[in-house]
Amino acid sequence: MQIHDTPALKAEARNLNFYYGEAQALKNINMPIYDKKVTALIGPSGCGKSTYLRSFNRMHDLYPGNRYEGEIRFFPDNTNLLAADVDPIEVRMRIGMVFQKPNPFPKSIFENVAYGLRVRGENNKRVLDDKVEHALKGAAIWEEVKDRLPEQAPNLSGGQQQRLCIARALATDPELLLFDEPTSALDPIATGAIEELIHELKKRVTILIVTHNMQQAARVSDYTAYMYLGEMLEFGKTDEIFIKPQDKRTEDYITGRMG
Amino acid sequence: MKPLTNEQIRAVIAKGKFRDNVFKATGIFCLALALLVIVALIADMVIKGADRFTIDFFMNFASRRAKDAGILSAWVGSLLVMLVTALAAVPLGVAAGLYLEEYAKRNWITNVIEINITNLAAVPSIVYGLLALGIFVYQFGLGQSILSAGLTLALLILPIIIVSTREAIRAIPAMIREGSMAVGATRWQTCRYHIVPYAMPGILTGVIIGLARAIGETAPIITIGALTFIAFLPPAPFMGEPAAGLFDWVMAPFTVMPIQIFNWTSRPDPAFEVNAAAAGFVLMAMVLSMNAVAIYLRYKMRKKIKW
Repeated sequence: MQIHDTPALKAEARNLNFYYGEAQALKNINMPIYDKKVTALIGPSGCGKSTYLRSFNRMHDLYPGNRYEGEIRFFPDNTNLLAADVDPIEVRMRIGMVFQKPNPFPKSIFENVAYGLRVRGENNKRVLDDKVEHALKGAAIWEEVKDRLPEQAPNLSGGQQQRLCIARALATDPELLLFDEPTSALDPIATGAIEELIHELKKRVTILIVTHNMQQAARVSDYTAYMYLGEMLEFGKTDEIFIKPQDKRTEDYITGRMG
Repeated sequence: MKPLTNEQIRAVIAKGKFRDNVFKATGIFCLALALLVIVALIADMVIKGADRFTIDFFMNFASRRAKDAGILSAWVGSLLVMLVTALAAVPLGVAAGLYLEEYAKRNWITNVIEINITNLAAVPSIVYGLLALGIFVYQFGLGQSILSAGLTLALLILPIIIVSTREAIRAIPAMIREGSMAVGATRWQTCRYHIVPYAMPGILTGVIIGLARAIGETAPIITIGALTFIAFLPPAPFMGEPAAGLFDWVMAPFTVMPIQIFNWTSRPDPAFEVNAAAAGFVLMAMVLSMNAVAIYLRYKMRKKIKW
């Protein structure tokens, strides 16, 4: 890789290990996340992709018995996201997340998007209106919902719900957006819309996405990491990984001989 | 094994369906038996007490003459005691349930607390009465008052409210909690904006079922010394001479519906049995309408919440 086309770092995992109680789920992961790029995490079920993703916003802290070792450095301020003295809430305020299954709150469409702002103490109606509209536009769902903002969010279709969840994450201007298999519960058309959206979003925000779908990784990402049994076997530009994988196991997985 | 012929398949199905029908009949019989008991109870009270369903019955105090006796002090007492019970038990019970589900770490202390809450629900109500007599009536000097009775019944229904709060909270999917935490909410924000509102239908149901149980309790109220013959109402706020304070009524002596009924059934004059039946029906109607409110609220609120 030549130096001159290496973009700025947004985050970097350094010797990251993770344990669910006694069981080690991540083994010594070292990996860069480049600024305003899409990085895809691929690998067979149970390889630790989601575990790795959920380390970035400290979701594991919600449950007892989980333990991190090593660092995830976050730039430009070079904070270690996993440090004991870094508040997980502060981390989640900077890093947004979109889940596997759309999880809108049983509230109005408006309140779903405004929630992140309310949590930050914003109650000014005009500011909320503005930011909600901006976020819904950013998530390419504004045209569909602009006349029904007071309606209950769970009445939307699955694809719309997922874009609403993206809007909810965007409303607070995250620096990094985590996607945990965002299209696995959606039909191909809704999936296409989300993929297009990810393309659009990377102009504004760094994206890390877990996906089960090889074509999706190839379509949306600039960089790809292949994980296997809690280890990161290979990381590189998506074109290079898909055309000329270095590791035999990556090749087997990509070509469908395994996984 | 040879594949079954069509006749054999039909025979197997017929055998299975026969069992279906046998179970269905048994089920209907059991259901009818249970319904019959409650209908018979209500009908019995209505028929026996028919003579007393007049406005006077509701507006009269107790009297030595059965015909003049009414349940005014009893139903007012029951309502006021329920008010104190609800005000004391709901915040405590909901807060305890919320803490155990959302905040408490899973360790042996929480396990012990959990087991004890379940045990508390099984403690005989007379024991709560003894406890209350010692603590509320004598130790705290609250006397034989509405406040003492309300707090006693609050203790009695706390486990019911805690358990139903926890069950309602547990029914909320983890992904809703994660969705809230992922945008940077604190635990309290997550509880305030999501957990409590979404658990509300279940919590309310538990509260009302608890109150319905409390309104029919007799033993603990007798233990703390409710009066059985009382011919005045607790002082209404700002009324009377000199004017009563806003909360003077909580310290007033009182009686409640079940005690009035018990008192009437223990009189030698059979005319009082009519009163007892009529009052029993009124109490029953109070309990059933509370349950109806619980069902209605649950239905209404659940319709709005789906994931």
